[in-house]
Amino acid sequence: MTREQRRKISTVIRYVLLVAVGFIMVYPLIWMVGATFKTNSEIFTSAWFWPKNPVFDGYNDAFKSYGGKINLLTSMLNTYKIVVPKVVFTIISATITAYGFARFDFKGKGIMFSLMMATLFLPQVVLNAPQYIMFNKWGWTNSYLPLVIPSLFAADTYFVFMLIQFLRGVPKELEEAAKIDGCNSLKTLWYVIVPMLKPSLVSCALFQFMWTSNDFMGPLIYISDMDKYTNSIYLRMSMDGDVGFQWNRILAMSLISIIPSLVVFFCAQDSFIDGIAAGGVKG
Amino acid sequence: MKQKKGFSKALTENVGFWFIVPWLIGFLCFKVYPFASSLYYSFTNYDLFTGISKHGLMNYQTIFTDEDIIRAFQVTFKYAIFDVPLKLAFALFIAYILNFKLKGVNFFRTAYYIPSILGGSIAIAILWRAVFNTDGLINTVITAFGGEKINWMASANGALTVIVLLRVWQFGSAMVIFLAALKGVSEDLYEAASIDGAGKWTQFFKITVPLITPVIFYNLITQLCQAFQEFNGPFLVTKGGPNGATTLISILIYNNAFLRHKMGMASAQAWVLFVIVCVLTAVAFVSQKKWVYYSDEDGR
Repeated sequence: MTREQRRKISTVIRYVLLVAVGFIMVYPLIWMVGATFKTNSEIFTSAWFWPKNPVFDGYNDAFKSYGGKINLLTSMLNTYKIVVPKVVFTIISATITAYGFARFDFKGKGIMFSLMMATLFLPQVVLNAPQYIMFNKWGWTNSYLPLVIPSLFAADTYFVFMLIQFLRGVPKELEEAAKIDGCNSLKTLWYVIVPMLKPSLVSCALFQFMWTSNDFMGPLIYISDMDKYTNSIYLRMSMDGDVGFQWNRILAMSLISIIPSLVVFFCAQDSFIDGIAAGGVKG
Repeated sequence: MKQKKGFSKALTENVGFWFIVPWLIGFLCFKVYPFASSLYYSFTNYDLFTGISKHGLMNYQTIFTDEDIIRAFQVTFKYAIFDVPLKLAFALFIAYILNFKLKGVNFFRTAYYIPSILGGSIAIAILWRAVFNTDGLINTVITAFGGEKINWMASANGALTVIVLLRVWQFGSAMVIFLAALKGVSEDLYEAASIDGAGKWTQFFKITVPLITPVIFYNLITQLCQAFQEFNGPFLVTKGGPNGATTLISILIYNNAFLRHKMGMASAQAWVLFVIVCVLTAVAFVSQKKWVYYSDEDGR
């Protein structure tokens, strides 16, 4: 065998592996799309994703309420009532904090920076019960406040860390020029830092969007009124409560609820990948 | 006037501090206070409705003697032992293949990454239940190849496999981090090695792996922390069953805190879990001297 032939064979092997693994990875999702158009009996007899006799009652019923003051659309709306403010608050508070840590010296900065890094590794499991007790004393339970307000105070330290990493790579010359031109530090932040950080701010916003949309534990702990249910809690309720289990309905509801996330991901996938690679990220 | 000058001086000298004040408030209020109070609660019988009536070590005594709790810790270990290495091996292996300059790499990278974006959602948990149903997709494929149907949710190992696979399926983000690290390994090293007659596998284990050990280390720590806290999979897909075979400790903590309102017990269990994660992380940090290679020029 010549060297050239060997090279060709190994390329083919690599492609076969990539395609095979990729197929296994994505097929459950493709199958899910097909399953929303199938009857229960077809879902559980056919591995092929294409429905033989497409039925649409899954989608018809998906928007129907199970009773109570909630349906699929209002639950999705509730989710975004948390997601939108949380993303905005996180971006603002994380930028300000990262700016303070990355560009200034002050007493105790070293210690505070280490403490901030330590919270990155602090498991949420330890905080759940005592946080609940605290928010309960404040009368915040059964509202979105416990889920949103901490983000005003840069509680998701992960994003602060990510922005500090980005700021380290940004040269300081522009800021110095702005200072000479008489900009104070707030103006510098707004007119110099924020425009330069834009791509990383987009990454942060996207990750916070995804994580908050998927969040299950938070709403599960804090939300008890049905009309305040977020999408994840609503889906869980339908999964446990559906009598006779109409799978195409439940899968259609699931699919509808991940469409916004999928659209956002496909529109901005490069920002996602860059964000993870640059921040060296969890997930 | 003089005082004002002093004040404005203090203000401008410590400008940076004012920028981190919001974070500091949040840190004290939402992290330090709950963290410290949960340590205190763990030594009490705090009930959300009746309050505290007893102090002492009783929660910890129960944790180290109660069979169900000990089993939950064992299951959590078992889960992590399968989940973390499998996920890392997959992520590294696929990243290694993607790192060869092949056409369409971006397409594959996207395909592998989608599960990581959606994996945490309830929608995927529901899908997983449909796929691993006794008559579900997986069993249909198995029988098509002449195999026997597996009753995934009814056997202890089957159920654990289901939730481990759910997380291994989300290897995308670890893969992207590996991929970024692999791009940093110089081409010259591979060329030199192949001139010396080293095959691809030798190159992988003798050049690639040693050079990216810092990133392997990073991924190991983050995945370990997450595996020990895993909640959604066992809670939604297998519901802790059958017979507690997938009741990870996170589920016991949730049940104690939010179904039985036994905050003291939940705090104690959370603290034992926290200490375990700390010890494992510490072991990893100590052992890294032996296996993590930091090159001179970009020692992190």
